[in-house]
This record gives sequence, C-alpha cells and structure tokens, in this order.
Amino acid sequence: MARVVIFGSLRAFTDGAGEMEIEAATTRELLKKLAARHPALAETIEAGVSLAIDGEVFKEAWFTPIGPDSEVVVIPLMVGG
Amino acid sequence: MKQEFKVLGTRPIRPDGLDKVTGKAMFGADKSVTGMLHARILRSPHAHAEIVSIDTSKAEALAGVKAVITGDDFADVENRWSRYTMQNCMAQGRALYDGHAVAAVAAVSKTIAAEALKLIEVEYKVLSHVMDVDEAMAPGAPVLHEGVKARKLGDDVSGNTVGYYSFGHGDPEKGFAAADEVIERTFKTAAVHQGYIEPHACLADLGSDGKGELWCSTQGHYMVREVCAEILHIDASQLRVTASEIGGGFGGKTTVFIEPVALKLSQKAGKPVKLVMSREDVFRASGPTMSASMDVKIGMSKDGKITGAHAKLRYQGGAFPYQMVMMGAMSAFAAYDLEHVQAEGWDVMTNRPKMISYRAPGAPMAVYAVESVMDELCQKLELDPIDTRLLNAAKEGTKSSYGPTFKAIGLVEALEAAKAHPHYSAPLAPNTGRGVSCGFWFNFGGQVSVSMAINADGTVNLIEGNPDIGGSRASISMMAAEALGIEFDRVRTIVGDTASVGFSDVTDGSRVTFAVGIATINAAKAAIKEMCQRAAKIWEIDAEAVEWVDGAAQPTGHNAGNFPPMSLAEIAATSGKTGGPIAGHHEGAPDKAGVSFGVHLVDVEVDPETGFTAIKRYTAFQDVGKAIHPAYVEGQIQGGAVQGIGWALNEEYIYGEDGRLQNAGFLDYRIPVASDLPMIEPVIIEVPNPGHPFGVRGCGETAIVPPLAAVANGVAQAIGVRMFALPMSPPKILKAL
Repeated sequence: MARVVIFGSLRAFTDGAGEMEIEAATTRELLKKLAARHPALAETIEAGVSLAIDGEVFKEAWFTPIGPDSEVVVIPLMVGG
Repeated sequence: MKQEFKVLGTRPIRPDGLDKVTGKAMFGADKSVTGMLHARILRSPHAHAEIVSIDTSKAEALAGVKAVITGDDFADVENRWSRYTMQNCMAQGRALYDGHAVAAVAAVSKTIAAEALKLIEVEYKVLSHVMDVDEAMAPGAPVLHEGVKARKLGDDVSGNTVGYYSFGHGDPEKGFAAADEVIERTFKTAAVHQGYIEPHACLADLGSDGKGELWCSTQGHYMVREVCAEILHIDASQLRVTASEIGGGFGGKTTVFIEPVALKLSQKAGKPVKLVMSREDVFRASGPTMSASMDVKIGMSKDGKITGAHAKLRYQGGAFPYQMVMMGAMSAFAAYDLEHVQAEGWDVMTNRPKMISYRAPGAPMAVYAVESVMDELCQKLELDPIDTRLLNAAKEGTKSSYGPTFKAIGLVEALEAAKAHPHYSAPLAPNTGRGVSCGFWFNFGGQVSVSMAINADGTVNLIEGNPDIGGSRASISMMAAEALGIEFDRVRTIVGDTASVGFSDVTDGSRVTFAVGIATINAAKAAIKEMCQRAAKIWEIDAEAVEWVDGAAQPTGHNAGNFPPMSLAEIAATSGKTGGPIAGHHEGAPDKAGVSFGVHLVDVEVDPETGFTAIKRYTAFQDVGKAIHPAYVEGQIQGGAVQGIGWALNEEYIYGEDGRLQNAGFLDYRIPVASDLPMIEPVIIEVPNPGHPFGVRGCGETAIVPPLAAVANGVAQAIGVRMFALPMSPPKILKAL
C-alpha cells in the first residue's frame, strides 16, 4: 500500500493524521479513497492538488501509476509566473 | 552518463531578433483594423467605496461615442475565481482599490473616448480601507468580501484571511533547544510590479452572434479564450485568440485585465475595439505581486548545522481572494536538509490591486527573510556563509521542507562553483560588502500541444501554443532539430492561435522549454516513425528493419538489405507519392519538471553620505539541467537578478493615507536600468533533470529569488547595520545609519 503524506495545514481536515496507507493503483483512485476517508478534504481535492510520487511532482494527473511501496505527498496545486 | 548533442548547447542567431530590432514585430498595441473604435476605462479614485450610482447618459450622448459599459453589463458567472477576475476587470457594486475600473467607453477616437469619461457621473460612498497586511489580518479590520475566510481559522484573524498553509516536519522547538545560537527576526517587503515594458493591449471584435476574434499581449491565449468565453457567456470555439509578440510578462500577463471589457464594448458597439492601458493604468490596476510581513527563527549549532527553523509568512494580495503564500511557505527552507522545520503562510486581502504572479511568485520574499537570518547567524558564529550553506544543503535524497524527496538537484554544485569562483575571494573596497544567498524554484510541466509538419523541401514547421516570452521558439526549434537529426535553420517554430493547434497551459512556472520540449520530441518521434515506414515501403522491407540515425532512415539488421541512408529531405521530397504529407504531433501533460537552485554573489558599495547603494559586481550560479540555447539561459539569469536587485533597493508601491497610489509611473517607481548595473555574470550549472529526455529544467524564475537577500546581506556587511525591510532605498539606509 502507498504511504500518503498530508502537508501540515491539510491535517486540519484529516483529524490530525499526517500519514496514512492507501491501496491505489492510480492517483485518481488514491484521491477518491482519500476524499472518502476524510470527507472534509473533498473540497480541497476537488479544487485541485498536486501529488509528489516518490519525489516527482505530478499536477492533477489522474492515471499516473502508483507503486505498492510509493510515497505520495499531497501538496497544493501550484501556479507560477 | 552525460549526453552528447549536436544542436543543443549551441548559440544560433535568435529567430525573433530581426523582427524585433527592425520594428516589424507586432506587439499588442500594433494591430489596427479599418473602422475600429478606441476604448478608455474610468477608474475609481477611492481605495474602497460603494458605487451608489453611475450615470452614463451624457457620455453616451457625446458625438462619436459608440458604446459605454459598466459592471451592470456583465452577467454573473458560476465559477467564483472567474467571477473575481470579471469583477476585477469591471467593478460591480463596490470599488475595491484606487484604480479599480468602474466604466468604459468606446469611441471613434481616443480623444473622444477620454472626453466621454469625464461625462460619466459616479456617486461613491467612501468606505474604510486597509492597506497593510498585518492591519488587514487583525480582527476588526474592514473586510473586503464576506464569507471567504479560510476554513478552520479562528477569531484571532479577520475575514480578510483567505488562505492558511503549513509545511514541514519534525519539531522546530526541539531544534531550537539543541541550538547554540537562535536568531528570530521580523521582515517586511513592499509590493512590486513586474515592470514589463509593454502595457496590456488588445484588439477585440465580437459580433452579436457570439463569434469573435481577439488579438492581445498575453502569456496564455488559451487562458484568455477560456476566461473571456466564460465571462461573456459564449462558446470557447467561437472566440479565436491570437497572442501578439510580448514585451515582457514575468507572470503579470497570466490573467486578463482588459480583454473582457474590450470584447463587451465591441459586442455592444458592433465594431472592433482597441484598448491599450496607459502606464498609470498598468501600475494602478494590473498586478502587482504581494507585499509581505514575515517572522523567521533559525537555530544553529556553533559548527554551522541548522538545528531548527520556523517561518511565519503573511502576504497581502490585494482586493480579491487568491492563493499564493503557499509557494512562499514551500520555498522558504527548500534549500536546506533539515530535521526540524515548519513554514506557515497566510493569504490576506487588502484594498490594493488584485495581485498576480511575478517570477517565482511568493518565493523571493520568503527566501529573503530566511537567507538574511542565515547570514546573521554566520556572522555571529564567525562561519563562512558558503561553507555553512554547503553543510546544510539539500541534495538528492533530501526530504524537502515541503514534502517531496528530492531527485538529482544541483545546489551543492552551484555552491561549490560559487566558492571556487574568483569573485568570492576578491578583495573588498571600503564601504563595500559581499552578500550571498541561495534561491529555489519548483518549475512546472502541464498541458501542451505541438504539431510538426515535414515539408517536401526537407524543412520543418512546428506550431505550438505558448507565447514566446523567453526564447522558446529558438529552444523548441533546436530540440526539434536535435530529435530529427537535422540543422537548426531547417526548422521554423511559430506560436499558433487558439484555432490552429490544441490547448496549451499558460506560459508560466518556467514550464515551456521543459513541457513543449517533451511534446516536440514526441512529435518528432511520430514523424520519424512515419518516415521510417515510408523508407521501408520504398526499399520493400519491413518497417521494423529501419532505424533513424543522424537525420536519415537506414536499414538495420542482417536481412534488411544494403541500402544507402535516406535522408529526411529525400523522404520528404517523395512524400506526395508515398502516402501524402508527413507530420507528427503530440498532446500531453508532462510532469517531473525538476526543481532548480541558484546561488548569487554580490558586492555592493554604500555611499555613507547619500545612502545610495551601487552594485559593483554580481555573479549568479544556477542549475538549469541542460542549457538548450545558453545565450537565452544567461539572459534569463541576468534578467532575474536585475529584477531582484530592483526589489531589494528601489521598487515599492507607495500609498498615501487616503489609499491612493502615489508613484504610478517609471519616474517615481524606479526599476534598475542598464546604466545602474555592472555586467551580471551568469554561471550555468548543468545537473540533468532525470524527468526530461535532454535533462532540461526550467530556468526562468529561480534567478529572481536570491538577489533580495544577497543584496541585503551585502548592505549589512557594508554599513554594519542590518535592514529588516525592503526596499533599502537611500533615505531608508540614511535613516538606519
């Protein structure tokens, strides 16, 4: 199962949980399961998040594969200049 | 293993150069059509006011006036972020800052349009305003929009606080307890403008049937199309947007300020409408970036190891909700490998113009505060600033302060290059100080479309959908040439309009060379596959028995036959007989952009009698992965450094007590010009990004991050007094002395 890390201020919506394990083959599946487990996170996920999978940052890429031992860090959707 | 390239890394003449130096290039304001009208915008003189009424009848009655619009002409939009954009383009009900648009006129001449503005009667009821981030965040402050306060925040902050973010790991307090020295400081930075030379400008033509054409200066014409279509309730397919040449953007053209207004005027008047912002309009009502108030605390052991770090960042982003402080909080400590770190950030609204991105948005001010405290700790503990940064530097495998674990990065290489450079050991003159700072930017990927055509004469045309703001047409042509195995001058890249090629995200986040580069390589692979198949047909062998080497198809394997290589030009010449035109295209959303680090060294001389700071020497080191066209990369590094120097020394939005901007022009808002500066020496570091076939990292933004602290640290050394607010303009330095 992938190890999911929630960045600091999002923990207010996960009852303080900073890390959890979720079984998911893709980012889309992972986000759906994350939102189901923590409904307060759903609004943030719907608005858009980036995911760092094993150190590589992906921006709303639903079908990115996630390995069984992957580390997935949920971070805000980023914008640039 | 380091790749060998034939085209990449060379410095061909820039393809946009001749048009730009001869005046042939068409910028936003250069387009005109017969019968077009000229538009002007009436702007609020108040920082915050209810619009009680607007009487446009006298303006409409003026001969030559063809249309007048106000906020009432725009219907509501469902998406709240688009609604904010619309209400920033034209106020509805309240004017939220000095310069906020309240009405617009289209007339047969600029003079008549300006005259008509004077005939519009607006009755305002002036409301309380708030300009400072700390005051706006305090309970009891006038709240700009009700119901948008960030979730889960308590009563200790006002309703203007629209975002809260926290990043980090470990326990900073534990880290401070283990430190030999702990320093905590508070910093302020001013709001600054992107300072692009070309004001916002557009030419709009929208019919009553919803079909339209729009020419504009933008960093993203697909973004313009989608936002305008939503605001005007028309189909995206019916609005064709063409991006002009762009005279600078730096993030400031990643949204719309005038385009919906020009389209609405055109629709109402039934004629094309040209709208060009004045420089005063640009300052008052477009951008700028955020101002900041920040607390930074760092603990360090006496040998220079950071034991704990904590930052609190409060950014104001103007009159509408926004999300940008997170980038500062994520960047603040990104350069360091830390066990105990936390960075928090709050986004706050004020009665200032709606912020928009400025090169590495959010990062420069946060890094300024962190790197200033780092410098003070090095001074206090008598440590070498580069050695100390090397001791703490993030590297491959470091768990970053914002979460992800870094892949291959080039901070150590940049620091080592800085330490070995003659600049670092050069003697210093009296009243001179030397500053050092690290900097960081994420870099993005994102959506991209590329279409490549192989012409019958063996040349190649490539269409992509991102405005060229930093030399991307050159770098994309070079990557196409490298991938195809042909000469650079055989390829021409153009930026297509929104009807010519598929969607592309905005040109931002230093994404274009990375993302369009990947799409270009993939488009080339598709074209190569087709060319190999054509060669196979001609040779009457299996396509699998053909490979592409040095720009030509050639048989491979024992049974493939003995045919001489068939070049791209030879295959293209017969394409009409072998199956028709040959092309390749690619649509995708590449990720794995690869972060970038920089290190800047600066020598500053401060005149103790005037407080004037002169930049005497400046060297900027930056990991760019692979420099496709090194001259453009050097230009990006130099440009970022110069803008950061302006931020550090001179630039600031100055408001009166009445909330009105007092320096809306380049005479009073001083950006550095060539005569102010020595040659900025760029030093390119190449640690390939494993996420790109050629190793490319974005390079456009990192260079604006280090200068603020580098200059501040140099000034502190030169005058023996540390400044805790930017800009360090002469009167402020004199006061400190």
